[in-house]
Amino acid sequence: MAFVNWFKRNLVVIAGLLTLAYLLLPNVIVTVFSFNKPNGRFNYEWQKFSTDAWKDPCGVAGLCGSLSLSLQIALWATLGATALGTAIAFALVRYRFRARGAINSLIFLPMAMPEVVMAASLLTLFLNMGAQLGFWTILIAHIMFCLSFVVTAVKARVMSMDPKLEQAAQDLYAGPFQTFVRVTLPIAAPGIAAGALLAFALSFDDFIITNFNAGSTVTFPMFVWGSAQRGTPVQINVVGTAMFVIAVLFVLASMAIGNRRNRRKA
Amino acid sequence: MTNTTKTQPGGDVRLAGISKTYGSFTAVHPLDLTIPQGSFFALLGASGCGKTTTLRMIAGLEEPSGGTVHLGDQDVTALPPYKRPVNTVFQSYALFPHLDIFENVAFGLRRRGIKSVKKQVEEMLDLVQLGEQARKKPHQLSGGQQQRVAVARALINHPKVLLLDEPLGALDLKLRRQMQLELKRIQTEVGITFVHVTHDQEEAMTMADRVAVMNAGRVEQLGAPADLYENPQTTFVANFLGTSNLIQAEVDSRSGDDVVVRAAGDKLLLPASRCAVPAQAGGKVLVGVRPEKVGLTHADEAGSIPEGRNRITGRIGNSSFIGVSTQYVVDCAACPDFEVYAQNIDRDARLVPGADVVLHWNPAHTFGLDAAQDIDAGVAEGEAA
Repeated sequence: MAFVNWFKRNLVVIAGLLTLAYLLLPNVIVTVFSFNKPNGRFNYEWQKFSTDAWKDPCGVAGLCGSLSLSLQIALWATLGATALGTAIAFALVRYRFRARGAINSLIFLPMAMPEVVMAASLLTLFLNMGAQLGFWTILIAHIMFCLSFVVTAVKARVMSMDPKLEQAAQDLYAGPFQTFVRVTLPIAAPGIAAGALLAFALSFDDFIITNFNAGSTVTFPMFVWGSAQRGTPVQINVVGTAMFVIAVLFVLASMAIGNRRNRRKA
Repeated sequence: MTNTTKTQPGGDVRLAGISKTYGSFTAVHPLDLTIPQGSFFALLGASGCGKTTTLRMIAGLEEPSGGTVHLGDQDVTALPPYKRPVNTVFQSYALFPHLDIFENVAFGLRRRGIKSVKKQVEEMLDLVQLGEQARKKPHQLSGGQQQRVAVARALINHPKVLLLDEPLGALDLKLRRQMQLELKRIQTEVGITFVHVTHDQEEAMTMADRVAVMNAGRVEQLGAPADLYENPQTTFVANFLGTSNLIQAEVDSRSGDDVVVRAAGDKLLLPASRCAVPAQAGGKVLVGVRPEKVGLTHADEAGSIPEGRNRITGRIGNSSFIGVSTQYVVDCAACPDFEVYAQNIDRDARLVPGADVVLHWNPAHTFGLDAAQDIDAGVAEGEAA
């Protein structure tokens, strides 16, 4: 009876912990196996603890090249999609123009369209245009599919913004440019940042669209896929773990800064 | 506070034929209005009467469909808001959520390229008693404090005119009273012209030197609060500002400076100077009197009422005791719901619902209005406010 009561009281916590475990277990496996020293080419069974892969992350031919390419593409795609998406979001919320309604719904199409279909159609388009497949075709494709996510994130923020704030800025001697830089942009910033982070993550690990439109260029997801056919180098786990740790550190740092700021203000 | 907040002579605000239409809807009919420099001016009206639109046209946030706005000698009609020497306190305060209180208040100074803002901002925050809160964010302050930040943020720029758009609307009653006094104090201290938009007639009357009562995009009447209250020119003003008893009557004759009118058999006197329409014998007129001006005497004592007072007989329909006074609703032939507010000095125990009474008042307190108007105009709006 005591146990049943304890269970009832802590049900929410237990459910939360189980969900968290479900979410984090794959990451734990990736991390653990980055310290494995496999027999043979496949990193599927635990053999022996080793830091070899961490000491030489670029030890596998092509890995670091593809990683650097993926990071570059993700960075440019994020910049492009965030700039364009923010502009579209402001236009959709703030202005009334012809085809506004159509654009409002069409912007969601890339999100709804099966990725593999979009990938094939893009390839058709690039081939018909006679475009050379590679860095630029990948970048164009990435900006395209990241755009709708950025627009969605920024639009939500801009819609919840009180237009009186910008009127107040104008009333306080800020011209249109000053109003945008001093008031509009800082207030929309969380939405823009969310959109940018989403774009980066989507671009960095996109495989399907990239694979269709890359030509002979190899990005990191393509490298992982390719090497998985012939064996899985431990270095893949090292890169995965490193990315995960960096992301967690970012989150912790931003939380710490937020907490300190709040404490100072209070 | 030093004299540094005293503004340069800015001159009057002059609106000439200013109007605003949205498609087929006219929010503000061509309007002429002069707001004297240094005055506390209220635009009073129910929601949708065009008062806020008028204010926003002065601020430059709304482009007039016609007419001009002058500040002193300067025609500012074509100037964008950021080039007009006026500042606004918004209804929702519109404080910048990403900036702390200090930076909110410093915003206008910084935009005009003033580098050393610290002293001025601190002085201004002291004026509104928020010196301690300078480094807090707006959401960490209470509604009343946010309101004071909004006032400080506008006033620090020494505008020629401070525009206040229902600045106290979001506050609870007690805080509102307090802020009314506070705003009045600040206005007296800085001497800047305040234009205050409100739907609360009590607020307008306590704070403003002059009040413009607006209705359906037009100014119904303009004047000092006491003048508006004692001498309403339209039924809207009579009903919207406080309560009025309006009696339908017919002009009988002229007697000296008074007009004699007949209402359901009773003969009433009305000063000719207080009659808003030319009094011709046989013409219709609405005779009005405020409830607190009326005495209530039991019918048995009717002989004790001094000669020369207007009298109407009736029967008490309802009475409610509200402490300082008792409010009676009296059923009369001339006016079915005649309201009387009697001070609770010597309460006559016989004055209960059902008692026959005589209503009487000094003819000088009577006003006359054009009978062609809706007798109930402004009643609902006044109650909602």
